[in-house]
Formats: sequence, C-alpha cells, structure tokens
Amino acid sequence: MLEIKGLSFSVKDEKGENKEIIHELDLKVEDNRLLVITGPNGSGKSTLAKLIAGIEKPTSGKILLDGNDITEMSITERARNGIGFAFQQPVRFKGIKVFDLLRIASGKKLKVSEACGYLSEVGLCARDYIMREANSSLSGGELKRIEIATVLARKCRLTVFDEPEAGIDLWSFQNLIRVFQALREKISDSSMVIISHQERILNIADEIAVLSDGRITAKGSKDEIFPTLIGTEAAQDVCARLK
Amino acid sequence: MVELTEIQKRLIAEVADLHQVPLGAYNFRANGGLAGRNTTANIDIQSKPDGSGIDIRIKPGTKNESVHIPVVLSETGLKETVYNDFFIGADSDVTIVAGCGIDNCGSQDSEHDGIHRFFVEKGAKVKYVEKHYGSGDGLGKRILNPVTEVYMDEDSSMEMEMVQIKGVDSTERTTLAELKKGASLVVRERLMTHGEQKALSVYKVTLYGDGSSADVVSRSVARDDSYQKFDACIIGAASCKGHTECDSIIMDRGTILAVPSLEARSVDAALVHEAAIGKIAGEQITKLMTLGLDEHEAEEEIINGFLA
Repeated sequence: MLEIKGLSFSVKDEKGENKEIIHELDLKVEDNRLLVITGPNGSGKSTLAKLIAGIEKPTSGKILLDGNDITEMSITERARNGIGFAFQQPVRFKGIKVFDLLRIASGKKLKVSEACGYLSEVGLCARDYIMREANSSLSGGELKRIEIATVLARKCRLTVFDEPEAGIDLWSFQNLIRVFQALREKISDSSMVIISHQERILNIADEIAVLSDGRITAKGSKDEIFPTLIGTEAAQDVCARLK
Repeated sequence: MVELTEIQKRLIAEVADLHQVPLGAYNFRANGGLAGRNTTANIDIQSKPDGSGIDIRIKPGTKNESVHIPVVLSETGLKETVYNDFFIGADSDVTIVAGCGIDNCGSQDSEHDGIHRFFVEKGAKVKYVEKHYGSGDGLGKRILNPVTEVYMDEDSSMEMEMVQIKGVDSTERTTLAELKKGASLVVRERLMTHGEQKALSVYKVTLYGDGSSADVVSRSVARDDSYQKFDACIIGAASCKGHTECDSIIMDRGTILAVPSLEARSVDAALVHEAAIGKIAGEQITKLMTLGLDEHEAEEEIINGFLA
C-alpha cells in the first residue's frame, strides 16, 4: 500500500519566488487496485508521479510504502524497494538493446525466453525487437510498449505510469488500452497508478482521483467519479472523426 | 609453438578472443620474436627476408577461412616496428584478426608500431578486426601507433572493426584507403580513453571508382583527463557515396576534437559527415536508476552499450 501524507512540492520561478506545484496532498493506494489520477494540464499530475518515484524531492510531507517511510530514499533505493516508474517520454539509448533494458529491469541473469515473454505481453513480436537498440529507430508506440515491458520485468509492488498515451498514435493507443486491461487482470499483491486524462484509461480504473492546482479535489470509485468528468478537460476523448 | 606465459595468454585472450591455439592460419608474435605460426593450403605466411615483418598471401577463391596475427609485449622498454602485408586473392572471403596487447610493469616505455598493408583483389571480401589492449601498473608507457593502408580493387569489400577500450597510454592510428570501381569500405571504430591517455585517429579514404562507397563511423568515450582527436577525411573523386560520423561521450575533464571532413572532386560524389559530442544524458541515468541501478552502475551500462 502506498500512502502519501501532507506532501508539498515547490520550485523557484523566474523571479526567484516559490511556486507551489503540490499542496499538502494526501492520497492512499490500496493493494490490488488500479488508481487513475486525472486533472487538467498543469495540475501537477506528472510532478506527483515523479515525487512517488523519487525523481523529485518533496519540500515537505511523507511517502510511505507498506508502512515504511521512503521519503528520503533515492530513486535507486525506491526502485529496489518495489516502486516502478514508466516515463511519459521513454528515454532513448544509443547502443543499449531492448534485451539489455529487460535484463537490467529484471535484476538478474535474464533468459532470452523470459525476455520474449515480457515483450509478447505488450504485443511485440520478440524476435523482431529483442536485439534492436532502444534508440530513435523505434517509433513512439514501440518505445512506449518496451517501456511498459521493462516495468513488467521488474515485478513491482507499485507501478506508476506517467501519461502512457502521450506521444503515440491512435492505433498504438488502442493496443495500449488492451495491454493495460490485461495488466489490470493480473495485478495481485501490487497496485498501479496511471496518470492520464484519456476516457478509455479512466474507464478501466478501480478508483479515480482528480488533481487540480496541486490538490486532490475528488477521489472515489470509477462509477462515482467518471460520470462527473465526462466533457471536462479531465476526461478527454479521442477525436470524434477517428472513432 | 613457443610456450606462452600467463600474462601473454591473457593479452591474447583480450585482443583476439583466443583462449587456445586457433584453427586455421596464425602467426603469434611475442616480445619481438616469432612465437608460433601455422599456414593452410590456401593461406601462406612468410617472414620478410629482411626480418621486418610478414607477408600473408591468401589464394584466390579462398572462402570462410581466418587468419589470426596477435602481437603481445610483456617486457618493459621494448620498441618495435613491424611491417605486415596482406595479399588477398580475388573472390576470396576471409576474416583477419590482428591485435596488440601490451603489459608493462616496468619503468620504461613499451611501443609497438604495426604497419599493415592490404591489397584486396577483385571481388574479395574481408572482415578485419583489430583490438588494442594495455595492462600493467609500471610507470613505463604503453604506446601503439598503427598504420593501415588499404588498396581495394574493383567490387571488393572490407569491413574493419577497430577497438581500443583499455590501458593504452598513447596511440596514433592512421588509416589510408583507396577504392576502385564498386568497392566498399566500412569502418567501425570504438575507443575509450581514461587517465591521461591520448588517442589520435586519422582516416583518409579516397573513392576513385564509380559506385564505390565508404562508411567510417567512430564511437568514443573520453574519461578523466584524456584527449582524443578524430580526423576523418573522405575524398570523392567519382560517382560515389561517402559517410563519416563521430559520436562521442565526454566525461570528467576529457577533451575531444572531432574533425570530420569531405572533399568532392566530382559532381556525382555524395558525401556526408556528422559529429556529435556530449555528456551522458541525465534522463538516461535516471531511467536506469528507476530500474534499480545506482548512478555508477547506470553510467557503466550506458558506456558499455554505447561502445558495444
């Protein structure tokens, strides 16, 4: 279980003044749950994701994983304690192969057959990808799926996906939804947090939290929250013509 | 075959991936003398009459054979210059593995300067691998100054893999190539320097024949206080294609000078050069840290991948 207590985060703006992005935020993610955090652009969603992964350090407040305080832990320590993070824009590497990323993620001597398993879970034919470099020769959609495969290989207690739909085409997005649906069915003794304002992702959530100006303004079950969001910036549909 | 010492065996394993005597033709040179040689029906190796090096002759049509010519130096203060000539017969397809390992535990400099000339006949295909490696903690420097000359006849092709990852204090590598009609040359250089090492790498490739092509790509990492210079010039004197690229990671207080250049002597020469130098991207380290590596491990993975 992830617990966030009184978390605040601020940065200095151009004038050198403190600008608060997250205000004394409280949030709980129970085990075996999929929580989608939505909200308008600039509401602090991605910052919150980075604070959970340790990429940003909070100005005050606490983050607990299974009751242990992880607030002061580095990115590495958090990762080793079971936090997974999928980047909004997957990082490209010259020379590092898809297999290498999966090997590093698994934290052990990975068999090729195991690596292939992770790739097929995200709908990629392993034979075509496993020895390819994770560089600019891959499309946004391909990189996104590889990013998700690396997170799967980690088998985390809690995985945070930062806007998984960003930067990919509609075709890939539809496949991505299927991947998340499959993941949703498999979570046991772990939990997932997805940052997204796409209707279709909100639709597979157990719970939805709405973030606005760095505060949680609503949180509840999907059935409770989802209807209130339709037609707002917090629940965007794909272009009507493409339906 | 002369019995090799453990240090010599280790050096050979580093530069030629050899853990035992290889199949096929080979010539081992250790501390300035011949340590072993084998020839085959198609590949002959002879010492030059003046003792300055060896001639390697590969018969036309030889397929899927290999030649290993590793050199090891494990005595301090040894300085040698060796001239090796390769005559590669028409339509053959061979792999040549050269490499030099120096272990210098003493206080005097050790130096090996190998001058390799390749005469690649019509339609022949060559894969050439050259690795450099240095070890030993003496004050004496480990110096390697290889010169490679490649003369490529019509429709021949050559792929050169040049690797220097560790332990060589000073190196000045010069590679000259001339290509006739339809010939193609691919060079992949991988270099890492550390400490106060200095590495200069000069390429001059002239495309004389129509349909010839050259692709010279270097990937390098400069750590600590080391210095690297990559100077590659492709000259297009016909309807040809040339590409040169230098991609480097700079770390610590390293210095990298990249000077890719092109000279077109024909309106039909299509020539391109690229160079990029930068530090390891912070987001790459962050990503690997989210996978459980610490900062140092992440850096090593990035460098190993980049130079793989």
